[in-house]
Amino acid sequence: MSLTDHDVKNIAHLARLALTEEQVPVYVDSLSKIFDFVAQLNAADTASVEPMAHPLAGQVQRMRPDEVLDSDQHGKYQRNAPRVEADLYLVPKVIE
Amino acid sequence: MTELHHLTLAELNEGLRARRFSSVELTKHFLARIERLNPTLNALITVTTEQALAAAQRADELLASGEAGALAGLPLIHKDIFCTDGVLTTCGSRMLANFVAPYDATIVEKLSQSGVVMLGKANMDEFAMGSSNETSYYGPVKNPWDLKKVPGGSSGGSAAAVAARLAPVATATDTGGSIRQPAALTGLTGLKPTYGRVSRYGMIAFASSLDQAGTLTYTAKDAALVLRDMAGFDPRDSTSVDMPVPDYVAALDQPLQGLKIGLLKEFFEGGLEESTGKLIREALQVYERLGAQLIEVSLPNLPLSVPTYYVVAPAECSSNLSRFDGVRFGYRCENPKDLVDLYKRSRGEGFGAEVKRRIMTGTYVLSAGYYDAYYLRAQKVRRLITDDFARAFQQVDVLMGPTSPTPAFDIGAKVDDPITMYLNDIYTIGANLAGLPALSIPCGSVGGLPVGLQIIGPHFAEAKLLNVAHGYQNETLWHRDIPKGYE
Repeated sequence: MSLTDHDVKNIAHLARLALTEEQVPVYVDSLSKIFDFVAQLNAADTASVEPMAHPLAGQVQRMRPDEVLDSDQHGKYQRNAPRVEADLYLVPKVIE
Repeated sequence: MTELHHLTLAELNEGLRARRFSSVELTKHFLARIERLNPTLNALITVTTEQALAAAQRADELLASGEAGALAGLPLIHKDIFCTDGVLTTCGSRMLANFVAPYDATIVEKLSQSGVVMLGKANMDEFAMGSSNETSYYGPVKNPWDLKKVPGGSSGGSAAAVAARLAPVATATDTGGSIRQPAALTGLTGLKPTYGRVSRYGMIAFASSLDQAGTLTYTAKDAALVLRDMAGFDPRDSTSVDMPVPDYVAALDQPLQGLKIGLLKEFFEGGLEESTGKLIREALQVYERLGAQLIEVSLPNLPLSVPTYYVVAPAECSSNLSRFDGVRFGYRCENPKDLVDLYKRSRGEGFGAEVKRRIMTGTYVLSAGYYDAYYLRAQKVRRLITDDFARAFQQVDVLMGPTSPTPAFDIGAKVDDPITMYLNDIYTIGANLAGLPALSIPCGSVGGLPVGLQIIGPHFAEAKLLNVAHGYQNETLWHRDIPKGYE
């Protein structure tokens, strides 16, 4: 299959990735090759096969009681934030 | 004369307990080697000199008082994918170039309770996506066996560091071969445990149905020592399995008489280089001499493992990496004009080329109209591959074959062609898709470059795998080879 510039720009938009104009043709080429490569999967007979989501048969994701276990550490966590003011994470204005 | 860095982890452990040397001496010895050799290798992103010396001092006190944990005083390097409280944790990415982890990963916590001394954090492919350690924001890692060659990936920094004797053990992670392939390319023992055996809490996620943490060491015995303290149930990881951890060290010396080894027909195809194949066959002869029986088995769906992986892993990666949005932690672009611009440019500038490629692959295969054709189909083929393995294990105890189709390749040789790079993992991906434990041990060299033998076992058969690898290492000396210039 061969993707177009428009396809790649759309995928990048859905993935919230800014690409430069020079990067677009590079991804058109490599993503097209990858989708050609994975098309081999069409050769497998999967008509009566259940899709597999977990590598260990019978394992399910555990739930735990809804109890508070950790203490409040927002100060420590916010030390990694790009911009914080009054304990709040700052982003560009979203409401006009 | 034997120097401290010539000893295995088990030998160092004995030496520490017999007070032949202290943990502070040992730590200083390895820190000096790191200072001297790491600038060439680029194997470490961060060196934690002060914390290491403090931890070594504490370990010496505990060893003196007789209250020390099983691994007290032993130096170790953590892959930079594991969160380490108060220490830079980059995952090989510009996105996390300033991220100081606010807590320890469970395995970091467990190993430090056991007394290990962390020397630093290892370089890696960005977000563990790569097979050559060339996608790291911190630059490629060099293979100590030949500085023009890659050390493999994604745990390339961990592998190069242990191979160059900068530490006797490093932690690593394996999503499609990222422990075993670098182990093969640098002459080490690399163990990927069963999915769910080792906690992933605090291990930065790539593909959650495949990721697993393990070790890079010289010997299977060393791997057994470390796994014993790393494995186990963790309520903070919802995929962690609640099963007792066996004593891997106690099981090492079981005789191999009567062991049934399955030779994977498909593993001797698919671009296997002749000289590598020859060494694998020689290793199998060693097992025959030990009384094992070789049985050819076929996994007909295995050739589809690479395309299956390159749908499933990118799909999961695109979901996992959506958390990097430039808001709460990590890289943020300059002067965003609105929130969408902040997301897009922070991610576009913070992620490298391969990570962006995988996110876009994953976004596409999960998007409306393509989900059934790609993702759902891949999940079905994944079951076919897993069923193939289950059938093989009704016949044999372990499966064997090469870890990688060739020894280490040149830096730069495969970076421009993602498919060629992806096919490097042709022999390792199957075990991840099926959640199986697998390891790679050194079994010879071609033109001075190491070659790895891969051993795959049924779920939770780590003790058997280590026993089988240990039996080979009792008969051979490949695991004792040290690259020239690093003796």
